[in-house]
Amino acid sequence: MSETTENPIREAIAEAIRDHEVILFMKGTPERPACGFSARTVAALEATQAPFAAVDILPDPRIRQELSALSNWPTIPQLFVKGELVGGCDIVTEMYESGELAEVLGVEPPANAPDEAPKAAEPGAPPLQIDNNLVDRS
Amino acid sequence: MPTTDELKLRIETAIPGASAQVIDLTGGGDHFRASVVAPEFAGLSRIEQHRRVYSVFGADIGGPIHALSLETRAE
Repeated sequence: MSETTENPIREAIAEAIRDHEVILFMKGTPERPACGFSARTVAALEATQAPFAAVDILPDPRIRQELSALSNWPTIPQLFVKGELVGGCDIVTEMYESGELAEVLGVEPPANAPDEAPKAAEPGAPPLQIDNNLVDRS
Repeated sequence: MPTTDELKLRIETAIPGASAQVIDLTGGGDHFRASVVAPEFAGLSRIEQHRRVYSVFGADIGGPIHALSLETRAE
């Protein structure tokens, strides 16, 4: 007997990872990333011109909780390729610069692709931290 | 509020032989970058190396430590 599970969010996440060869869990959307790390990861992925699916984890805090429990990875973004966690912003950026990212994604890097991982759309913008500004620092 | 010294100490205490350099990315005490060299990373994938460092902080990641960017290597 398979274990009965009552965790529809975790199941939906697992299904999304299974169903999409390349899938990015991020804060915001590729068009409007809500965090510098997500923006940078999207920029690296887009520079390889490989198609990818994206999930915004912000609408429901349980998505992030369940995703991290499933992947054993505490931070966002998280990139999965063929069902396996590839990494977050640091690893994806490193892999872009070494050419490994295009390799893993099964694409030829475009001839005009920059050697350095492209910066996020908002150059030099620090990760959004509006919430942190509300913390009492006294 | 965590400090770079505190993060460095926690990493170096938890991972034998590790040497860590930690910087505060924004000056706000919540977005950090750590460069960690540890002998036990030898033979581990990059994912596993990063997981090892994240495991030092547990639930503090995403809590008081809003973000911890990592660079890891064995030697």
